[in-house]
Amino acid sequence: MNFYPIFWREMLTWKREFRKTFISSLIGPLLYLVTFGWGLGRRIPIEGINYLDFVVPGIIALSALNTSYNAISSDLNIRRTLYRTFEQYVIAPVSIHSVVTGEVLAGTIRGLFSCSLVIILGYLFGANLHLSLSFFLVLAFSCFTFASLGVLAAMANDTHRDLATFGTLFIMPMSFLAGTFFKVSTLPIAVKYLIYCLPLTPTSLSLRSLALGNQISFVPLLAVACWAILMFIGALAVTKMKYAD
Amino acid sequence: MIKLRDLTKVYGERKVVDSLTLDIKEKEIFALLGPNGAGKTTTIRMLTTLSRPTAGSIQINGYKIEKDTLAVKKSIGVVTQQSNMERELTAWENLELHGKLYKIPRPERKKRIDELLEYVGLVDRAKEKVANFSGGMVRRLMIARALMHKPQVLFLDEPTVGLDPQTRRKIWDLIKVMRLEGMTVLLTTHYIEEAESLCDRVGIIDHGKLIALGTVAQLKEKTGEFVLEYLEENQTERQFFATRSQALDYAQSIEASFNVRQSNLEDVFVQITGREVGG
Repeated sequence: MNFYPIFWREMLTWKREFRKTFISSLIGPLLYLVTFGWGLGRRIPIEGINYLDFVVPGIIALSALNTSYNAISSDLNIRRTLYRTFEQYVIAPVSIHSVVTGEVLAGTIRGLFSCSLVIILGYLFGANLHLSLSFFLVLAFSCFTFASLGVLAAMANDTHRDLATFGTLFIMPMSFLAGTFFKVSTLPIAVKYLIYCLPLTPTSLSLRSLALGNQISFVPLLAVACWAILMFIGALAVTKMKYAD
Repeated sequence: MIKLRDLTKVYGERKVVDSLTLDIKEKEIFALLGPNGAGKTTTIRMLTTLSRPTAGSIQINGYKIEKDTLAVKKSIGVVTQQSNMERELTAWENLELHGKLYKIPRPERKKRIDELLEYVGLVDRAKEKVANFSGGMVRRLMIARALMHKPQVLFLDEPTVGLDPQTRRKIWDLIKVMRLEGMTVLLTTHYIEEAESLCDRVGIIDHGKLIALGTVAQLKEKTGEFVLEYLEENQTERQFFATRSQALDYAQSIEASFNVRQSNLEDVFVQITGREVGG
């Protein structure tokens, strides 16, 4: 597999726009921390837990979704449909697996970097987080899932407008509903199970559980791994379908 | 070198390429000439694996495209009609990316990039972002990129479209050098002069069908080497003749002013298709 050139290209463009992306990746989490951490949530304990400690893992999960997905989806979609630079991969002797792997790994690295910044911000805001190897493993798998979702969305949508609609219909609701800011278990049963099916939910639940120093339960962990595999297969399948017209 | 057999591409109900059968020899420079929408770009896209044929077969350099896709990809270089260079990368980085995609070893890659930037006259712009380049510079860089991995066959889709005459001539010079180096080149164009001055053979394509094939001289011979032009009811009429004297004899019967000249590929095209090449 020759995924390195694709990964190298992504890292190079990231380096080039680092200042811009660094600042923009901080804005969202900062606003959430101020609004939900300091503002709304300061005096709301959830089952004896400080709301800031509760919400920061959710914001980290949200950051994994937004950064990994956006780092890949928008750029790849524009390169495929507008600038046509994606064509050079199609013409070159590289496999579809290599192209998808290169893009997804780049999205994963960018997601992990952004999440690391949110962790630092969380500490600065006064949150107590128990960080462990398991925490970072869950985070890495989740970034991998959302970067794969980014590839899938970029390949499935033939215009940038369609991609924006996909984001509004699927990514935005998931950002708020998947246990990022509140406990999913308190919701009505039908809604609850629907939300459990979203790929972000097991990430939020697992990260929160680990950050609060609890043992991670098997089901969300399995769900995180399954989503990573399923989303990567989905990205591969859609790319294969759209590779040549 | 390139063998097409009944190559067909259908989009919905529309047959864009219709049973194209063609052989292009090794070291030949071949032009597919035709008006906009004739099926030239679609043909090139199928030949370069960017589009899957609906029917028919393609063989390049002895490899069948549907079976030995990777071998075909390694042996071809492609310059597409629309720029597909990475705008945010520099010229050097674009070539570096291409070299990595084709697994060219690092020392050779570096040497090749320097050679090619020199060849296309972009050495002094190597570290500049492609976003700042003019159309002609981008096209020259695309040619350099297509040559990075030393392909045996080069596909050029409308290589000079939209370029000023000076840049066009620079690109023609690059193609002439390729001829000297023994490369097989298939280019599409709707510029008659381009096909006439660069190519060993020309295929005229219209409505997805190959309607004429041969050297420029053969095509002219079929139509008539001399053309008599005269104005009749505010329209230019053209008559073709094998010799100048035949044309002049015929001109005796015309009352309007007339002109006899050698025919060119444009005359051939108009005669065969019944319309102008740009139409």
